[in-house]
Amino acid sequence: MNAADGQLAKPLLSLDKVTTYYAQMRILEGISLQVGAGELVCLLGGNASGKSTTLKTILGLVRPRAGRVLFAGEDVTAWPVPQRIANGVAIVPENRRLFGTMTVRENLELGAVLRDAGTYDADFERVYTLFPRLHERRDQLAGTLSGGEQQMVAMGRALMSRPRLLLMDEPSMGLSPALVQQNFRIIKEVHESGVAVLMVEQNATMALSIADRGYVLSTGEIVLSGSAAELLRSEDLKRAYLGR
Amino acid sequence: MHFFIQELVNGLTQGSLYALIALGYSMVYGVLKLLNFAHGDLYMVGAFIGYFVIQWFGGPMALSVPVPLVLLVMFVLAGGGVGMLGVAIERFAYRPLRDAPRIAPLITALGVAFLLENTMLLLFGASYRDYNTSAFISFSTGIHIGPLNVDIVRIMVIVLSIVLMFALTVIVNRTKLGRQMRAVASDREAAEMLGINVDYTIAATFFLGSALAGIAGVMAGLVFNQIYTLMGFVAGLKAFTAAVVGGIGSIPGAMLGGMLIGIAESFVTGYISSTYTNLIVFGILIAVMLARPTGLLGRVPLQKV
Repeated sequence: MNAADGQLAKPLLSLDKVTTYYAQMRILEGISLQVGAGELVCLLGGNASGKSTTLKTILGLVRPRAGRVLFAGEDVTAWPVPQRIANGVAIVPENRRLFGTMTVRENLELGAVLRDAGTYDADFERVYTLFPRLHERRDQLAGTLSGGEQQMVAMGRALMSRPRLLLMDEPSMGLSPALVQQNFRIIKEVHESGVAVLMVEQNATMALSIADRGYVLSTGEIVLSGSAAELLRSEDLKRAYLGR
Repeated sequence: MHFFIQELVNGLTQGSLYALIALGYSMVYGVLKLLNFAHGDLYMVGAFIGYFVIQWFGGPMALSVPVPLVLLVMFVLAGGGVGMLGVAIERFAYRPLRDAPRIAPLITALGVAFLLENTMLLLFGASYRDYNTSAFISFSTGIHIGPLNVDIVRIMVIVLSIVLMFALTVIVNRTKLGRQMRAVASDREAAEMLGINVDYTIAATFFLGSALAGIAGVMAGLVFNQIYTLMGFVAGLKAFTAAVVGGIGSIPGAMLGGMLIGIAESFVTGYISSTYTNLIVFGILIAVMLARPTGLLGRVPLQKV
């Protein structure tokens, strides 16, 4: 069950045998994965599997000790975070990580921090159209919003930089099942508007229901990969690795 | 009544100085969660810069250029110079410890304080230097209504302080840099994840906070005349008190705390006796902390959902 033929001709994102350490601990061991420009790919795994570190490596918050990160045809392994964001990567962090003492609008504005003032009014429109609730609450302090609304702000904030690739770190965490459904509908919608998505998730069923392909990460190694349909069918292996 | 107003003016003057220094404490605490104990000494360095500008232009009795120009140069050099000094201190003393346990930069800050004080002591000696303000600014200028005398220097200090505090508030609340400063103060890693240049933002914060302290130092020299290398210690302590009373990390809090402490000091000295001043000021600190541990305008940290 190892359809490693997710090998795309010209992927938008490619991790090539990436090994990342945190202090002396090896978190990622030679992982390779790809995301195509039109794809929604999920990265599944339990706790401490290295999922967040993978995203941080792609974004540039951590540098790999070995291997390369390739984005839009360029080797970005040594690029600093702002350069990668300017080039089209954005993240919706785990637990939202909003600036609670700032308003919704200010949080969104900070998503566009690398862009020049006055160039992103259209992006505000887009976010408010996707999330009408945020328009109502635009002058409210982000910390006073409900969990679901905060997730919207986090997503909107990431969209403000007009990313080509959206990284999502456990978007279902802390949300009720109904909100998770709603959230994933929106993720699908955003994806269909032309943004590639790499989603890290523990909730495999939910993630695979909207993904094109998936990888399974276990203690720092990719142990499984394939199309979403294949992974959904593979009950035993999924249970073994994800404990669900 | 005029005595009341006199003491109020004194209180506002002193309060402005404390507020300007307290702002630097709060701003740096906001972005780095560090209590920069060297901050009071930046105020002292500013005072000395102002002193030397006066000497450079010929000394208080024989200024070679018009007084407004001297004042302008004093403020600009003290603000800019101390601002840069603050940036350098952050770069070399605090940045390497950014991810170290919080006690490490705290101890370093104490070390920087001693370094500044003793360097100045070595360079300029322990004797007091005198601005001798009345030699070049006539204290008969000002507001004189009956027995009420408010001299021009105090008026200038209060007005300039208000302008600076207003400017800072505009910068922090309405500009992109200000948003980035507040973002870094709120969640540094999340700020990084958006591409914010955290190093630059922290450096800018240090520059602004230190510049304000430097300018406050010049104001102190103009109002109180005598400056000395250890003047930053007590002022820094009181300004730190003001910042905490107002709510550490809060900019309006620092302004409020500074004014409160300044006015309290002034009224206690005026109406009771200077013997009780420090007792009552620090008593206020304890009382506020007991009643409201996060400070008057401080915020209980919001729980991240």
